[in-house]
Amino acid sequence: MKLLFNYIIFPGFLFSAVIGLISGWVDRKVTARVQWRVGPPWYQNFIDIIKLLGKEIIVPQGSKITFLLSPLFGLLSAVLVATILGNAFISPLEGFIGDIIVVLYLLVIPAISIIIGAFSSRNCLASVGASREMKLILAYELPFILAIIVVLIKSAGALQIGSIINYQINFGSHLSSPSGALAFIVAMLCIQAKLDFVPFDMSEAEQEIMGGTLIEYSGLPLAIFKLTKAILLYTLPLLLISLFWANEIGVWALIGKYILLLVIIVLVKNTNPRMRIDQTIKFFWGPVTVVVTIALILALFGL
Amino acid sequence: MGLKTKALTKSLWVFHLCAGGSCNNCDIEILDLLTPRFDVERFGIVLVGSARHADVLLVTGSLTRKAAPRARRVYEQMPKPGLVVACGACALGRGIFNEGYNTPCRLDELMPVDVYIPGCPPKPEAMIAGIAKLINKVKGQK
Repeated sequence: MKLLFNYIIFPGFLFSAVIGLISGWVDRKVTARVQWRVGPPWYQNFIDIIKLLGKEIIVPQGSKITFLLSPLFGLLSAVLVATILGNAFISPLEGFIGDIIVVLYLLVIPAISIIIGAFSSRNCLASVGASREMKLILAYELPFILAIIVVLIKSAGALQIGSIINYQINFGSHLSSPSGALAFIVAMLCIQAKLDFVPFDMSEAEQEIMGGTLIEYSGLPLAIFKLTKAILLYTLPLLLISLFWANEIGVWALIGKYILLLVIIVLVKNTNPRMRIDQTIKFFWGPVTVVVTIALILALFGL
Repeated sequence: MGLKTKALTKSLWVFHLCAGGSCNNCDIEILDLLTPRFDVERFGIVLVGSARHADVLLVTGSLTRKAAPRARRVYEQMPKPGLVVACGACALGRGIFNEGYNTPCRLDELMPVDVYIPGCPPKPEAMIAGIAKLINKVKGQK
C-alpha cells in the first residue's frame, strides 16, 4: 500500500509530473527572457497536457499496438526512477543495494520507447529521428556511466543512492573535489543529451525533420511523451544532485540547487546551436570521454 | 464551456503551411508574431513542426495546382478539433493570382476556413485580432 502510494502520488507520478511541468514552464520562461520576450504563464504546460488529452488520436498504418504502448513504457520507467530517487532523499537508509544500477537502466528506457514508437509509425522522418536518437544514446551512455563510476569510487564503493547521499552528508560533497567536479561537468553534458535539449536535439529537430521521432504522435500518446519529458526534466537534475552535490539535503537547499541546475541547463540550451549527429558522437567519445577518464584516474588516486 | 474547449483556446499550436504561389511576405509577418515585440507565446501559441501536433492550420499563399491536393491532405492529417486560418489576400481569394491558370481554387473551396485575415500582407496586429476572433468562435461553438 505504501509502495503504491509512493509510486502513484508522493515522490512518484503525480508529484514528479507537477514539478516537471512547472520546471518545463521555467524552461520556457527563461528561454523567453533570454530572447527578450515575456513568455507563457506558469500553468501553460498543464493546459497543453489537458488540451492534448482532448484531441483525436490518429494511429498510422503499421504496428498499432507498439505505437500506442511504447509511450506508456517510457512513462512507467520514468516514474519508477522518480520514485526511487525521491525515496532515497526522504529516507536514505531504506533503499536496496544496487539501486543506482537499476536507475541507470531505467533512464535508458524512455529513449528506447521513443525509438520504438518512432520506428513503428512507419514515417521516414521519424525513422531518421529514431536512428539519430539511437546514435545519441550510444554516444552519451559511455561518459555518463564513467562519470557515475567516479562517484561510486569516491563514495567508497557504495552501490546505493541513499548511502552515496549519506557519505556526502558526512564527508562533504563530491563536487568540491577535482575529480568530482570534472565528472559533474561531464554528467551535465550527458543529461543535456538525455533530455534531448539543444545542442543535442538532432533527433527532434523541428526545422530539418519536423519533430522527428514524435512526428506521427497526436493526442493522448503525445501527451504521455510530453509528461515523460517533464518527469525526466525533474528527475535528471535531482539525480545529479544526489550523486554529486548532496552535502545539504533540506527542502529549501534542494529546491535552490535544483533551480540552479535547471537554469544552467536552459542557458546552455539557449546559447548553443544544434550539432550534427557525427559531431555529437565525436564530441562525446572524444573530449568528454577523455575528461571523464582523467576524472576516473584522479578518483583512483583519491583526489 | 467545457474544460477541453477552454484548454484549446489557451494553447493553440499552429502549423504554418505556405501553399505554393506567394511572395512569402505573409510568412515573414507571421514570424514577427513570435518575436519580442508581439510575442504570442504569452497566450500559449507556438509553432509546431508536424501537422499531427497542430490545432490551427495557418495557410498563406494562393494554392497552386500542385499544392492544392497536398494542402487538403495536410488538413486531413490534422487531428480534430482542428481549426483553419487563412492569412493574406492570396489565401483568401487568390489575390493577384486571381486570373492565373495555375491557381485553380480559393482556400475555402478546399477546406472549411474558420477565420479570414485580410491584408497584403496583414499586419501582426491584424493577425492578433484574427486570433482573438478565432478564440471567440471556439468559445461560441460550445
